[in-house]
Amino acid sequence: MAVATDLRRFAGFRAMTVLCLVVLYAPLIIVAIYSFNASSSITRWGGFSFKWYVDVFTGPEAPKFRQAAINSFAIATGAALLSTAFATAAAVAMSRAGRFRGKVASLALINLPLMVPEIVTAVASLVFFITIGFTTGLMTIFIAHIVFCIPFAYLPISARMQGVSDIYEQAAMDLYATPWQAFRLILLPLMAPGILSGFLLAFIISLDDFLITNFVKGAGVETLPTAIFGSVKQGIKPNIMAISTLLLCVSVVFVTLSWIIGRAGQSRK
Amino acid sequence: MAQVDSSGGIGIAVDVDDVVKRYGTLTALHGVSFDIRDGEFFTLLGPSGCGKTTLLRCIAGFEEVSGGAIRLHGEDIARLPPHRRQVNTVFQQYALFPHMDVLANVMFGLLRRGWTRRDATARAREVLALVRLADFAERRPAQLSGGQQQRVALARALAPGPQVLLLDEPLSALDLKLRQAVRVELKQIQRETDIAFVFVTHDQEEALTMSDRIAVMSDGRVQQIGTPREVYEAPVNRFVAGFIGETNLLDVAIRSVDGSRAEVLLPGGRPFACAAAAPVAAGPGHLSVRPERIELVAAGEGDLTATVRDHVYLGTDIQLHARLADDEAVVVRIQNAAGSAIPERGAEIGLKLEAGAARLLTD
Ligand SMILES: Nc1ncnc2c1ncn2[C@@H]1O[C@H](COP(=O)(O)OP(=O)(O)OP(=O)(O)O)[C@@H](O)[C@H]1O
Ligand SMILES: [Mg+2]
Repeated sequence: MAVATDLRRFAGFRAMTVLCLVVLYAPLIIVAIYSFNASSSITRWGGFSFKWYVDVFTGPEAPKFRQAAINSFAIATGAALLSTAFATAAAVAMSRAGRFRGKVASLALINLPLMVPEIVTAVASLVFFITIGFTTGLMTIFIAHIVFCIPFAYLPISARMQGVSDIYEQAAMDLYATPWQAFRLILLPLMAPGILSGFLLAFIISLDDFLITNFVKGAGVETLPTAIFGSVKQGIKPNIMAISTLLLCVSVVFVTLSWIIGRAGQSRK
Repeated sequence: MAQVDSSGGIGIAVDVDDVVKRYGTLTALHGVSFDIRDGEFFTLLGPSGCGKTTLLRCIAGFEEVSGGAIRLHGEDIARLPPHRRQVNTVFQQYALFPHMDVLANVMFGLLRRGWTRRDATARAREVLALVRLADFAERRPAQLSGGQQQRVALARALAPGPQVLLLDEPLSALDLKLRQAVRVELKQIQRETDIAFVFVTHDQEEALTMSDRIAVMSDGRVQQIGTPREVYEAPVNRFVAGFIGETNLLDVAIRSVDGSRAEVLLPGGRPFACAAAAPVAAGPGHLSVRPERIELVAAGEGDLTATVRDHVYLGTDIQLHARLADDEAVVVRIQNAAGSAIPERGAEIGLKLEAGAARLLTD
């Protein structure tokens, strides 16, 4: 490897690294540890216990969290499916339709939501729904999530597409496959790792989203992040830590899966 | 599988008729025409960028022609999409489907043509046996060597029984040893299946050893079509003479013409009678003589006088680089047999051109 750019030679590199890691991960670790706290204090350790996990599922707030979780997972699944479908179509068009008018503009439009501050999107979405007279509720959350998940699904899919030469589709059509068959039997399976990776990423982005959801959700409709936020406003109890830890686990699993699948696809070329 | 085309002629598999292909302002094919017969091993030979791949892609349907017709057993297919043409391609990079095993790759075309899974499996195994890969049916392409992948690509393209098989430099990804073995094998398979092959290469040796006929191309035009022997021994112009094998092109003056024969003045002034590639008139011309068709004689004898500049040892042969009085370079190949005297550097030698082996070219 290039010795000249070995970061380890810079003064303070080690200290900086440790500091970053601590700031990033210490809170997560503390939350995870204290979710097993037997006492109801969030700062004093009172022994190991699963009671807050039990509380999440059976305690006084359980029905609220259950409904929020159902909403969250349903919206995340649906939004991830649809945004992945749109992103796949966009990626195919971008890499296979040759040069068409407005290609650069289309690419910018697809990726723009990544650059726009989320609060702006949130406000804009709310204004949009009010303007067209859409009553806020689950449906508005769903639609908003589909839209802002598209660029996240698009990234791994288009990265994957770069690596899939169009020679395979040509070979398929040479062997009497119609364009649709060439897409379904050849291109789609070759893109599959990217698509799955995109789906998982979109799913987790949707599951996590607070800001936009909070703006466009109607009164009384909650997803997990908004429900957690609502509870925290009334004081932090260890059950919040338990539910956060659970959510963290789901996220870690999905992101890891997305990464592994993306990488497996890469190495298989 | 000879078929009768609509015009009643038997045995023309592909009729390429004045095909033009333009990419924007660049013209890749300037009106290319030729016929390929049933069961023929037909080679497109030419330097890089001359339009071989473009022409093959026009026949396969991946490129739309800008003009002209391509007839497959009489039916104009130039405007049909690739999947409607009974033509299969062996791609240069093989393009085996990486997510399918070898058997599924070979069955792909059969299933698309409506074969039942059972029949397709049987047919695929039969073709795999033909290319000697019967034991590899369950492997993934990534688990095969380059030579094996090449044979899978061949089997996959042959399985549906195309009316013509297109091969774009299928051997170029193989190493030299393997390439020579595969040449023989490919030719054998072609004979057994009796399918017309259109084989693209820029390797003249490959073209000469495998083809029934060769179309020599340059700059998007066909320069000459003929058997390997014809294009080697009777090139029609300087490009063909120079591209296929080695040749000496001597500047000569044409003195008199009698039908297809002419008498020319060689450099140094001696007269020489030779065959002309095309009708010629008196004036300047070029005489093409292969290095192995020149005999070494004593200085002052023969048709030319030259000075030895260098020799190159080639094992079976020795290549002699010499210069004529007017500084024109001449290459002579002499057999490395016992007792053959090799002239020293700087020695004067006489060169005798084999009568009948020299061709007069005007362009
Ligand atoms: N898609 C394209 N767009 C523009 N020009 C092209 C395209 N494909 C080929 N050409 C041009 O057409 C000419 C012929 O190219 P082609 O690929 O047919 O050459 P070739 O004889 O197959 O060469 P090689 O032996 O290097 O494969 C070249 O000048 C090439 O640059
Ligand atoms: Mg080519």
